[in-house]
Amino acid sequence: MYAQMVKSEATQDDPEKLAAFQARIDAGEKIEPKDWMPEGYRKTLIRQIGQHAHSEIVGQLPEGNWITRAPTLERKAILLAKVQDEAGHGLYLYCAAETLGVSRDELTEMLLDGRMKYSSIFNYPTLTWADMGAVGWLVDGAAIMNQVPLQRTSYGPYSRAMVRICKEESFHQRQGFDIMMKMAGGTEAQRRMAQDALNRFWYPSLMMFGPSDKDSVHSSQSMKWRIKMNTNDELRQKFVDQTVPQAEYLGLTVPDETLAWNDEKGGYDFAEPDWSEFHGVLKGNGPCNAERMRARNAAWDDNAWVREGLMAHAAKKKAAKVAAE
Amino acid sequence: MATPASSTAAQLDEALFTFLLRMGDNTLVLGHRVSEWCGHAPVLEEDIALANTALDLIGQTQMWLGLAADVEGQGRSADDLAMLRDVWDFRNLLLVEQPNGDFGQTIMRQYLFDQFHLLLLRALQDSADDRIAGIAAKAVKEVGYHVERSAETVIGLGDGTEESHGRMQAALDWLSPYVGEMFVSDEIDAEMATRGIVPDPASLRAPYDAALAEVLAKATLSRHEGDFAHQGGKTGFRHSEHLGHMLTQMQWLQRAYPGAAW
Ligand SMILES: [Fe+2]
Ligand SMILES: [Fe+2]
Ligand SMILES: [Fe+2]
Repeated sequence: MYAQMVKSEATQDDPEKLAAFQARIDAGEKIEPKDWMPEGYRKTLIRQIGQHAHSEIVGQLPEGNWITRAPTLERKAILLAKVQDEAGHGLYLYCAAETLGVSRDELTEMLLDGRMKYSSIFNYPTLTWADMGAVGWLVDGAAIMNQVPLQRTSYGPYSRAMVRICKEESFHQRQGFDIMMKMAGGTEAQRRMAQDALNRFWYPSLMMFGPSDKDSVHSSQSMKWRIKMNTNDELRQKFVDQTVPQAEYLGLTVPDETLAWNDEKGGYDFAEPDWSEFHGVLKGNGPCNAERMRARNAAWDDNAWVREGLMAHAAKKKAAKVAAE
Repeated sequence: MATPASSTAAQLDEALFTFLLRMGDNTLVLGHRVSEWCGHAPVLEEDIALANTALDLIGQTQMWLGLAADVEGQGRSADDLAMLRDVWDFRNLLLVEQPNGDFGQTIMRQYLFDQFHLLLLRALQDSADDRIAGIAAKAVKEVGYHVERSAETVIGLGDGTEESHGRMQAALDWLSPYVGEMFVSDEIDAEMATRGIVPDPASLRAPYDAALAEVLAKATLSRHEGDFAHQGGKTGFRHSEHLGHMLTQMQWLQRAYPGAAW
């Protein structure tokens, strides 16, 4: 997901307080910033929300890559609006994280020096226009799978951010599917682009949900706290079951020879992604990790003078105002 | 809107068509330039604001070039005009095709254009052509916000740190020779002005200079003497080398896969 393999923090708090806290969560109450919370809950949330926020920010890059080459004015406008939405999502999420006592600048520094992660998916390149379709359809689609349940997460500010974000994400997914329809129903070259995009984005999309449940060590505490609402495998299964018929509708082939409907479980059997690739990407060895981080670091470092200039000006204005009073 | 007896319908259409291309090409080319910042801005709010500006400009392009295509009446669409003309058929100002440079150059270019754009759109709200007045009425709200933001940023950075001041002064020096073209009137402008469709651009110069002087004073920036002006964008006679490179990107898909629907 946008937050993958979020390590949950052990908590050493007063057992009575912990029990009362857990009771609130079990009763479906929302935890608000001023409420008491275990340190582990707070830290895990910072990591998860921060990772999600960073994903929105880095996620601007693979799609921004096609804004200047969008084939029509309308497609350019739609893509611009989408990338702008993603930046907005980043902003809501950083605000939600700030309620937990960490500033946006601190989180940004942690992204830029590699202490914090973002979703593995954004380390894959976007090579043709069909990738703009595939990203909307599959990547935003996978994000929605995870984020819709998170609207009910226990932490109030996070839950409210998710409500706003989900509306826009489903719009993105429809727009992505619309591009895929145009491509899949278009010329021979467009059909090839569409199939190629599905071939390249299928397994990376499955990886978005994180490792298989049997290898997912951090899930249970997070699920108890209702920071994580479903297991990785549940969501992955749901995603495959939703997406395969859509691929069929498009006349595209999911690049998995083992894919087959399983009547007994009422879902598809499918091949797992290559987890060694996934761990490699998380370690920094995806096709675009280095470039993504270089781009974000350059945006931050090369423009430090802008932030400093505007802050200096604001300080002068404030000083002048004080002097006038 | 009456047609003057002295001017044939074909001539009028051509002048109107050219004027509409000038409007639409300015917004298209500048919108494209601004969109190049996507994901690389100094701060998240700026990513959002730049994308928003680009989005407004592309939306205005759809209106201006859409009307241009209607006026031309040759079955071309706004997309055909954007994606299938070569450099010499573009009618945008040289200013808007200049590369982004650093953020200072981008925001200075934006302010220099926004201020002109706002004055022009305000006047166009009273155009004798209702279609133009309608587009201007929509666009003027967006551009009012653009100029507020770009002026504020020019002031903040000009009157910021020593470094930001230096960069903004360099941006102003670099871009100043591209200001004059906005106010040069040619026979197209003359015909449009006579028809009451468009104000004479020269008439916008005084209010522009006044607004600019006020912003530059607050920004502690100074304009150099002289009013040398590069020309050739709005007539299409001689664009800068930069526009061709922009078009190779912008038009690539349409050129590489002719006739495909996207
Ligand atoms: Fe998003
Ligand atoms: Fe997203
Ligand atoms: Fe999205």
